[in-house]
Amino acid sequence: MSKLYTFLKYFFITFWTVFVVAPFLWAVSTSFKDFQSVNSKVTYIPWLDFEPTLEGWRVLIKSPAKGGVDIVEPYFNSIFVTCTASLISIVLGTLAAYALSRFTFKAGFVRNNDITFFFISQRIMPPIVLSIPFFIFLSTIGLLDSLLGLVVVYIVLLMPIAVWIMVDFFNRVPKELDETALIDGCNPYQAFYKVVLPNSIPGLIVAGMFCIIFGWIDFFFAFILTFTEVQLLPVKVVALNSSITPWWSLSASALVSVAPLIIVAFIVERYLSKGNLSGALK
Amino acid sequence: MNLIGDKISYKPDEQFHLNDVSFNFKKGNLYTILGRTLSGKTTLLKTIAGLLNPDQGSISFEEKDFIKIPVWERNVAMVYQQFINYPHLNVYENITFPLEQRKLSPEQIKKDVDEALKTVGLVGFENRKIQELSGGQQQRVALARSLAKKAKILLLDEPLVNLDYKLREQLREEFKRIFSEGLSQDTILIYSTTDPQEVMELNGEVIVLDEGKVLQKGPAKEIFENPSNLKVAEISNDPPMNILKGSKNSKNLNFENISVEIPNHFKNLEDKNYNFGIRASEIKLDENGEEFEIELAEISGSETLLHLKRGNSKIIALIEEVMNFKIHEKVKINFNANKFYAFGEDEKLVSSPYGGTNG
Repeated sequence: MSKLYTFLKYFFITFWTVFVVAPFLWAVSTSFKDFQSVNSKVTYIPWLDFEPTLEGWRVLIKSPAKGGVDIVEPYFNSIFVTCTASLISIVLGTLAAYALSRFTFKAGFVRNNDITFFFISQRIMPPIVLSIPFFIFLSTIGLLDSLLGLVVVYIVLLMPIAVWIMVDFFNRVPKELDETALIDGCNPYQAFYKVVLPNSIPGLIVAGMFCIIFGWIDFFFAFILTFTEVQLLPVKVVALNSSITPWWSLSASALVSVAPLIIVAFIVERYLSKGNLSGALK
Repeated sequence: MNLIGDKISYKPDEQFHLNDVSFNFKKGNLYTILGRTLSGKTTLLKTIAGLLNPDQGSISFEEKDFIKIPVWERNVAMVYQQFINYPHLNVYENITFPLEQRKLSPEQIKKDVDEALKTVGLVGFENRKIQELSGGQQQRVALARSLAKKAKILLLDEPLVNLDYKLREQLREEFKRIFSEGLSQDTILIYSTTDPQEVMELNGEVIVLDEGKVLQKGPAKEIFENPSNLKVAEISNDPPMNILKGSKNSKNLNFENISVEIPNHFKNLEDKNYNFGIRASEIKLDENGEEFEIELAEISGSETLLHLKRGNSKIIALIEEVMNFKIHEKVKINFNANKFYAFGEDEKLVSSPYGGTNG
């Protein structure tokens, strides 16, 4: 019985690993292929099945004038928009979460939980519902097709995540810790940044990572709210897929666009596996 | 120059957390607040610290309105029952934190911290992380931080309750030493606890609190000898004082079909119904005694606690040796009538073996 269990366990782990990793390997190998090796027959092994070429990677940095696709600018646009929006979301979201966790708000029938739910409800709504209002809003204030406009929209999308994670985190930090800081001579602001914040670093990291992931992978708003001036990476990658699909450069761009998230995932994983999140104050 | 509280009430919801509490704490004294869980002890300490603002009443300290002064300017220190320290700082930094907050000179800080570490017995632990310490050590750090501050008001909220039995005994002994050595003459020390034994050992002025109300104030000995009513008698004894409903006539005390000879201190009592109180330790096993049924027998340390039943009365007897009993077994016990208390039907103390009454 236990042998069967062990067998099944390893079988499914292996199956799942192959299932997840295989597309990556396929993309890696495709990115080094040329038109012939992709379209004539199925090829697997470099140098044996096909002659690897760097052409798929080269076009990514070549300017369109020279027949390239130039994803460098969209890449940095994406980094800028994601990081700026995440940073602002984390700063504002953390402050909001601290207030929601520590103070009692009453306005009519509205209580702290309702406010927290209001934040989260922004994520429950299908994005398509928000697209037209955002479009009209950005065009009214003249921020359509601009990095700043995207940052504003992304803050709306990312702050709920930051609030949600940080409220939960602060609720697990004993209130007595803040009180001790007050008793020890800190005013409420000092108590927050001298005591609460240094003890919230694991929570901040996780919230930050989620913001970065959700900001980085967004295609929908980047697609709707930009045209020619500004392009973000996901839109640019999808746009590669024209009448003749250049599978090699598409694979290469997919790999470079996923790379930052893999790095982020490794950092988060280190914190998660250490159990550093909930145990921070125990 | 005292810490004076006048008619403090705090009612954040349906129930009073503090109900008309008044006190006058003098410098250089130790005060203990005795009460069961949820009796308002923590609320009272937090109100003094400034973490809560009472709905009614006033607090003044050194002739200043204390309520108008924010927590961070009050110069109080507080030790919580949970071991609250700053997890991101090591032991030394934890203790220096309030001193740096007050911008003392580095030499002064070093001197104060070293002194506090010595007092609580944590010399050599300066660079340890808080998470690496045991519960008792963490509580010592919290205490050291409070001592190093040299605050004028030191609040200890059930500091020993989360420690295991052995450590509690040990730290309780040390507390007595720390309070006599480590505190200056103008510190007001306020210590809250659920444990009557702690109150007796610390031997300060006691305030008995229940459901936010002050039931009795006085020296520990007085509370122990002459509890003003049934509630105080229950709260100030562990196990709680046994209460037996009964009556006195010209010859005997009667309860649960048991007759006991009238003890000397009851001679002048009116003949009527009373609630008789007797401490668990004043009940002895006796071959010629009265029969009770055992409901539960607990062995605690070198003592045995017998939960006994007869008729409608349930009592607890404390036997000072380890004995094994079967549940539902019958035992015979004898009451030391000289240690009987009499409380009226209104639950107020009428007569105590120590001569106190509550007029």
